[in-house]
Amino acid sequence: MTKINQHILTCGGTGCRASESKILAARLKEELKDSEISQNVKVVESGCFGFCEKGPIVKILPDNTFYTQVKPKDAKEIVEEHILKGRKVERLLFRDPNTNELIDESKSMGFYKKQIRIATRNCGFIDPENIGEYVAREGYEALGKALFELEPADIIKTVKDSGMRGRGGGGFPTGFKWELTAKSESDKKYVVCNADEGDPGAFMDRSILEGDPHSVLEAMAICGFAVGADEGLIYIRAEYPLAIERLKIAIKQAEDVGVIGDDILGSGFNFNISLKYGAGAFVCGEETALIHSMEGLRGEPTLKPPFPAERGFFDKPTNVNNVETFANIPAIINKGAEWYASVGTEKSKGTKVFALAGKINNVGLIEVPMGTTLREVIFDIGGGIKDGKKFKAVQTGGPSGGCLTEKHLDTPIDFDNLLAIGSMMGSGGMVVLDEDDCMVSMAKFYLEFTVEESCGKCAPCRIGNKRLLETLEKITNGNGTMDDLDLLRIQGGVIKDTSLCGLGQTSPNPILSTLDNFWDEYVEHVEENKCRAGQCKSMLKYVIIEDECVGCTACARVCPTGAITGNKKEVHFITQDLCIKCGACMDKCNFESIELIA
Amino acid sequence: MSIVCEKDKLQKQHQLRIKEICQGFGGEHSELINILHACQGYFGYLPAEVQEEIGMQINMPVSKVFGVVTFYSFFTMKPKGRFPISICTGTACYVRGADKLVDEFQRELGIDVGQTTGDGKFSISTLRCVGACGLAPVVMVGDKTYGHVSPNKVKKILKEYKKEE
Amino acid sequence: MGKINITIDNRELQVEEGTTILEAAKGIGIDIPTLCHMKLDDLDVENKPAGCRLCVVEVEGRRNLAPSCATDVYEGLKVRSNTMRVVNARRTVMEFILSDHPKDCLICPKNMECDLQDMAARLGVREIPNHENCEMSTYRLDTSPSIVRNMDKCIMCRKCETMCNDVQTVGALHAVGRGFEAVVSTPFHMDLDDTTCTYCGQCVAVCPTAALTEVNHTNKVIRAIADPTKTVVVQTAPAVRAALGEDFGMEPGNLVTGQMVAGLRSLGFDYVFDTDFGADVTIMEEGTELLNRLGKHLAGDKDVKLPILTSCCPGWVNFFESQFPDMLDIPSTARSPQQIFGSLAKTYFADILKIKREDMVVVSIMPCLAKKYEAQRDEFKVDGNPDVDLSITTRELAHLMKQANLNLVNLPEEDFDQPMGESTGAGVIFGTTGGVIEAATRTAYEMHTKKELVDVEFHQLRGFEGIREATVDFDGLDIKIGIAHGLGNARKLLEDIRDGKSEFHAIEVMACPGGCIGGGGQPYHHGDSSILKKRASALYREDAGKKKRKSHESPAVIKVYEEFLGAPMSEKAHHLLHTSYFGKKKSGPQIVED
Repeated sequence: MTKINQHILTCGGTGCRASESKILAARLKEELKDSEISQNVKVVESGCFGFCEKGPIVKILPDNTFYTQVKPKDAKEIVEEHILKGRKVERLLFRDPNTNELIDESKSMGFYKKQIRIATRNCGFIDPENIGEYVAREGYEALGKALFELEPADIIKTVKDSGMRGRGGGGFPTGFKWELTAKSESDKKYVVCNADEGDPGAFMDRSILEGDPHSVLEAMAICGFAVGADEGLIYIRAEYPLAIERLKIAIKQAEDVGVIGDDILGSGFNFNISLKYGAGAFVCGEETALIHSMEGLRGEPTLKPPFPAERGFFDKPTNVNNVETFANIPAIINKGAEWYASVGTEKSKGTKVFALAGKINNVGLIEVPMGTTLREVIFDIGGGIKDGKKFKAVQTGGPSGGCLTEKHLDTPIDFDNLLAIGSMMGSGGMVVLDEDDCMVSMAKFYLEFTVEESCGKCAPCRIGNKRLLETLEKITNGNGTMDDLDLLRIQGGVIKDTSLCGLGQTSPNPILSTLDNFWDEYVEHVEENKCRAGQCKSMLKYVIIEDECVGCTACARVCPTGAITGNKKEVHFITQDLCIKCGACMDKCNFESIELIA
Repeated sequence: MSIVCEKDKLQKQHQLRIKEICQGFGGEHSELINILHACQGYFGYLPAEVQEEIGMQINMPVSKVFGVVTFYSFFTMKPKGRFPISICTGTACYVRGADKLVDEFQRELGIDVGQTTGDGKFSISTLRCVGACGLAPVVMVGDKTYGHVSPNKVKKILKEYKKEE
Repeated sequence: MGKINITIDNRELQVEEGTTILEAAKGIGIDIPTLCHMKLDDLDVENKPAGCRLCVVEVEGRRNLAPSCATDVYEGLKVRSNTMRVVNARRTVMEFILSDHPKDCLICPKNMECDLQDMAARLGVREIPNHENCEMSTYRLDTSPSIVRNMDKCIMCRKCETMCNDVQTVGALHAVGRGFEAVVSTPFHMDLDDTTCTYCGQCVAVCPTAALTEVNHTNKVIRAIADPTKTVVVQTAPAVRAALGEDFGMEPGNLVTGQMVAGLRSLGFDYVFDTDFGADVTIMEEGTELLNRLGKHLAGDKDVKLPILTSCCPGWVNFFESQFPDMLDIPSTARSPQQIFGSLAKTYFADILKIKREDMVVVSIMPCLAKKYEAQRDEFKVDGNPDVDLSITTRELAHLMKQANLNLVNLPEEDFDQPMGESTGAGVIFGTTGGVIEAATRTAYEMHTKKELVDVEFHQLRGFEGIREATVDFDGLDIKIGIAHGLGNARKLLEDIRDGKSEFHAIEVMACPGGCIGGGGQPYHHGDSSILKKRASALYREDAGKKKRKSHESPAVIKVYEEFLGAPMSEKAHHLLHTSYFGKKKSGPQIVED
């Protein structure tokens, strides 16, 4: 057998694939084919490395060299220089933007230094389409341990003792949930994996499923054994073709090996897993809605109790956990509750995966211990704000969360702290905003989302959120009043207090938190008709700079409403009442004599 | 490419395909969403005639089929263009200017989001996060992803497809 | 079930386990407002989407407010139903609901009968914040022969959806769309007339607003009466007299037959007749048909199918025409009492008056919306002239009387006109579930056994369970009878027949829960199903008080057969009193060759 002594890992996540990483992998293989050491080098398309900003990423083992922004045409050089001659390709190494130093190992990069990877422990390290690589990294050991060394009650106790809380958003203790399902008596129970990641701007679950699908399958089987279920269902967004493909491959391989299916590893325990597809409804992240959707119905939530643990899919006890929650389980079973509980804060144990995005240098997927501060995440890991702009806010928790400011930056991130400062953990979206972002518009963006995604079953969410959005539009259009700001608070409070499910109970958060933290900005919109970020179109004015205008008449000719007047070779003038702010004049002007002012 | 149904009519071969799909899922009511996925995959969209036939095949009131179709944004009752343009309006893309891309595509093609051009070539839709946030803002045309798109790149992207017949 | 100790508004009480906060509060006289919750105990129907959120209350230890309709009590539960937090929440939610609801109350069909309007008044809503800024949902107005859909007024309580799907299994209405665009509608928002709708009107019966109402014919009735060239004949269905009083503030279960007749006469109808007469004739035809089919069946004729199904309910007829088009040979071919009456009015009675049918207008007062549809079916027209020109509901009659300044309470009791105003107790009980088959049994028994039936009351056929069965001894021949009310129950019996599992000889089906007394055209019960039982017992009271209680003993019936029809099932009777059924296309595309 040939000894493989070098691995070239290329990122095969959705983000890097969009930047031709698949072609890159093929080119690398091609280049190697003709070389004499082709037998000793293996090209692996792995899951997401997390550092999406600098994708596609190529990592070479065993020396851990970390190349960024690699293009297919770079394949030849990597093979010729690095693989064959052992010389690193410097131009592809990461250069620290602050020190300007070249860094050749991921471990030394700011982006990775503070990360601890439990849920994403295998992402970027293994070929997700090869169960052997998962097994080589302790894969399915936890399942074996569960089946042959532990009783269901022991497993539940371990999960409880670990302090693990559900990563889907609410933070309900996972062990208690399992216990509830285990206690429900029934001839049939289900384990459901919620992979209907709907938060716009969050892609943790997808990255895990794409990068390490077996960890989820293994955890579901462990859960099934613990709660007494023999069937697992993964409810996954249809918009995740790559994750679906990899899950299908993983299920097939796991079945072939005998770690999923009937009589697993000869233990007598049966557990089969199949896929159910979502169809684009954010509310289906709510577990009762998800269950109705799996039953082929409209994904409308129903009141809890009864909890799914008592009466869920087809009225049978059903344990629903999200992808990231499951991905942690094998590690907890392998290394023990105490080990897991040693990471994190008092009430939030372990790590959390975040999708870091927005106006930040290092966009990507990160996993940090609970208790890491926002500052560490944004500035140390995220590399600070893009283009040298000023940090303004960070939005956590997606449409259910809130916008936090400078003063919250040193808050250690955990479930309770975020709630206390008016936001929430949510599923792990973290969007950084800079001075160019208007906070009223930001609140409006999230409300547009909830209005679109509300199921329409209960009145406060169906109508109330629409009214909040209309009021925000009124404000950003320059027609708001101070009374409107009060109204937002009153109506927002009632919507939170009266809505049927988590969607409506949290939908006003983006407004309420920006009212709290950016009150001045709202007041400016209302009283001064001013948007300091220059984002609210109606508050902008196109004006002609008198000193620059040569009177060429180009702007007047292109103006669709006749708002621009002026004689040839004389300074022109824009009548603001007629201007529709289309910007055509500014595009047309060859003398840069039209400017946009707030 | 979408199969176009004549109003209130369904071709025999298409009926058979729907029947096959429904039978493939055991005709179970709980499989409705999977059935709809499969039918949309085949027809390109879900016209009334297809929904009615699904209802007939699995013995479910068509009102319920329609209720489910209209609940999920993935399902569409309008045929999409030959080159469907999807603009990501997830948060990461939004803060990096996705809304301006929406405006620009609408302006260039003279259609709104949710519509298809008269020649059936392009349609515009928005979607929430394709997971390529590092490339924000992102636009997809069919299966091809374009990253770091700015409004002035829109014309160039469209040009690639306009010349194709 | 154990007892549970709870506290509501500082009052301690004990309630059964499984009780909701709403029910518990109601038990001690605290009426928590709700718009979407509906529990029809007597019919085993519940609608509990917990969607309107008006019934929210404060529960100690709970972060947000709890919907009392869907929150079960537990030991030690402490509830506050009247804090300012609750009051503010309810009013704000009500403002939301009203912000998406038209405000044309003054000319709305449900003015003063609208649950939403009552609730707005009760919660003290005086303004809609930013109302000029509020987009409203708008939909196409859909008018069918029986029902008007004005979905601008839908508040998504989902009661109609529950009735149409869970109770009636008709599946014409369903929630569609999402979020602000969510509404209850037909497939593809098509006309109700193109759907599987049976016009049973149960959606209208439970709609809290004017999103679903009946097609109003009162103005046409007024014009007909005002037209001096027309002879206007009115017939009133049995269930009307047991419910009309409610619209004049009388207690449910009051029989107002005499006052109703006086009112109708006062309105200017030329002849005030009784649909019960038509019902008695129906029994003659249907009973004879039953015995014919039974006889042939027992003689081994394989072409004759049993059971025979009653056919007097037009909602039921529409149901089997659209849902069971393969079984059209099973129901009796006898027309409904409304149509038998109309047919005889424009032939037999027109002959007596020596007028042309075109100069006669037959108006029916019905507890039913499907009767409007039935009246305009082509089978019941002669040269385009319908046997029944206008069918109005109990509610419309009440409106008409109020418009004419007639207060039912103050009217004297008067008798129906002759000859078509005479009827037996058998005709009266047509109005409640089990009544038709009991009436048929009274006559068929005597026809078959040639013996006198002494005790005419068949209590085994009475009751409110959705499906009932009974065996009646026809002097040694056991006749197995099935009864279903509510179309969902009827479906079960029909599926048994289709599967060859049914052992019944005859089955009565009524589309509406409770039969006609619970019809879609009756005064609104506002969720109190005990009203239906009171109406039913009123009809049984009227039956018990009648001198004649068997249809074949009615002098008027005997006379019409002697003088006009000949015998039941005669050729003339067949022509005038029977009909045929048409399979309706169950929605589905036309399949074309490739």
